[in-house]
Amino acid sequence: MKDVLRQFINDNFLFGLQGRTLSDDDSLLEKRIIDSTGVLELIAFLDATFGVKVQDDELLPENLDSINRLVRFIEKKSKAAA
Amino acid sequence: MHNESGTVSIVFNGEIFNFLELRQELIRKGCRFRTQSDTEVILRLYETKGEECVHDLNGQWAFAIWDKNKQKLFLSRDRLGIAPLFYTQAEGAFIFGSEIKAIFADSRVARRVDTAGLNEIFTFWVNLPPRTFFEKIRELPPGHSLSLKDGEIRITPYWRLDYPSAQQLRRAVDERECAQRLLELLVDATRLRLRADVPVGAYLSGGLDSSAIAAIVRRYTDTPLKTFSVSFEEAEFDESRHQREVAGALGTEHREVPCSYGDIGRVFPRVVWHAEKPLLRTAPAPLYLLSRLMRESGYKVVLTGEGSDEIFGGYDLFKEAKIRRFWGVRPESQMRPLLLKRLYPYLPKVQAQSPAYLEAFFHVGAQEVSSRLFSHLPRWELTSKLKMFLSPEALHRVADSDLYGEIEAQLPEDYDRWDNFSRAQYLEAKYLLPGYLLSSQADRVAMAHSIEARYPFLDHRVVEFANALPPRLKMKVLREKYILKRATTGLVPESIRNRVKQPYRSPDGKSFFAGGAREYAEAALSPERIGRHGIFQPAAVRKLVEKVRLGHAIGIKDNMAFVGVLSTQLVVDQFIDHFGEVQ
Repeated sequence: MKDVLRQFINDNFLFGLQGRTLSDDDSLLEKRIIDSTGVLELIAFLDATFGVKVQDDELLPENLDSINRLVRFIEKKSKAAA
Repeated sequence: MHNESGTVSIVFNGEIFNFLELRQELIRKGCRFRTQSDTEVILRLYETKGEECVHDLNGQWAFAIWDKNKQKLFLSRDRLGIAPLFYTQAEGAFIFGSEIKAIFADSRVARRVDTAGLNEIFTFWVNLPPRTFFEKIRELPPGHSLSLKDGEIRITPYWRLDYPSAQQLRRAVDERECAQRLLELLVDATRLRLRADVPVGAYLSGGLDSSAIAAIVRRYTDTPLKTFSVSFEEAEFDESRHQREVAGALGTEHREVPCSYGDIGRVFPRVVWHAEKPLLRTAPAPLYLLSRLMRESGYKVVLTGEGSDEIFGGYDLFKEAKIRRFWGVRPESQMRPLLLKRLYPYLPKVQAQSPAYLEAFFHVGAQEVSSRLFSHLPRWELTSKLKMFLSPEALHRVADSDLYGEIEAQLPEDYDRWDNFSRAQYLEAKYLLPGYLLSSQADRVAMAHSIEARYPFLDHRVVEFANALPPRLKMKVLREKYILKRATTGLVPESIRNRVKQPYRSPDGKSFFAGGAREYAEAALSPERIGRHGIFQPAAVRKLVEKVRLGHAIGIKDNMAFVGVLSTQLVVDQFIDHFGEVQ
């Protein structure tokens, strides 16, 4: 799952540019990788790829702002749905 | 044109709108005229007053006068930079023209990209004159004159944007009187700009500014008026309902040019050819189509509402700066996310954000609040992100640049005495107005079809009057263009006057994957071509193109990057690699 997320962030926000490495805990906001439309792109990606629908009250940096946070959020949502 | 003795000669592009009054005054002083033209008025005025003649002119101009007795060349450009004027020096020659392509037609002139010029465009959207996108090609800044004598160039400002100091703003003003005076000035500015020996049309955008000008023509003059608009397929951009409403209320004969994604993509290379620099938005393309429609309708002169947003503070940027400053000073306020949503009612992507993310994106730090360039930092920071696509070589060439430092070094002495709103207005009117709006989005795309656009809001008397007003009469709380709305009460339909402002935008990335554009866009953005020009990184551009093609690029930044990279590639193709081959 981490690789899929990393690939998405790399292709979609970093355009595969060399020299921009991202650790699992790096904040997408602090690293200025994501902007206001980027969040919406990310939500569409979570829905299309993992079937995760992000509710309005879940639209928080605590859930979406790093690879590790995304993994935890996707797992929590998947469990709740199961 | 020459004087009788052949000692003073002039070449002139533009219009002097008060030439009749100037002519009469000169005749009273004993001048004799051979023609009825405004060109001769400038010539005689120069003979009488020398370089000081420019202060008397009300108009849009670029002219050059050769004074044989003094062995001096004198160039002048209008106050706001409506008419373009470029120059260079090559092999001992001084070469100038209204277009860069005219200068490039001289084989002595080398054609090369100035990476520093590209760096400016990928930050500010515009170049900081005298720099242009091309090496050694210079632009005479608006409101400046240039004289060349004994091989020495002297550039001097003769006019500049000025705003009241905080002390001057304490004076009481009567709102009703201000609105009345503003209307009188606008009526006179419009009346002067109707002087033409051909029919004059007007653009209608569906907003307040163009409606006000059209309404003034209808109410205060006998000029028959035909109006022209551009409409879009996509509801997000289309304002045709409002345009028709204005045309109906004013009783003008109205024509529309429908604009599709395919149309924008198809004409974009021509637009770039006329703009002569990289563009970050496709917005000039629909206006290119509109000027073509005017031309086909037999019109040569058009009035537009351009300039009003700069002088009356109409842009969202001014509101945003006000809100951001409030945030910076009151970080604990609970109103912050609400204010932002109110700021962008027409942007669904902002409306969809949670308060937590809005807070994060619009965080305002103390350092930012103290910046002299505060109002424009978000736009410039966002645009600067496009530089991630630059090749390592191009990045290396601009690595040491300090663009904010350069712009700060150009700021006038009084700047720090002006209030925050006026500072924001200054930056907008000084740089974006001539460098992008009046050039790419107005004059160049109009002139592409030999249409002369005229701008009543940019009559210098209107600009000086507006600049002297207290900011609270321009933006009342968050109500933009307050005094203009007050001045046009009863003139412009209420629904238009009170409409929530929708900035003029047009579809970007999508336009290049419809119709005939795809082929040239893919060729211009191919890894081979990108690699050959050496400005951008081929692999990163490939991923960007793919994102846009799949319709995944929904944000401003990606779309600006796509249009910016594509237009840069087209400029290099047209002006450097294949110059002279463009039909």
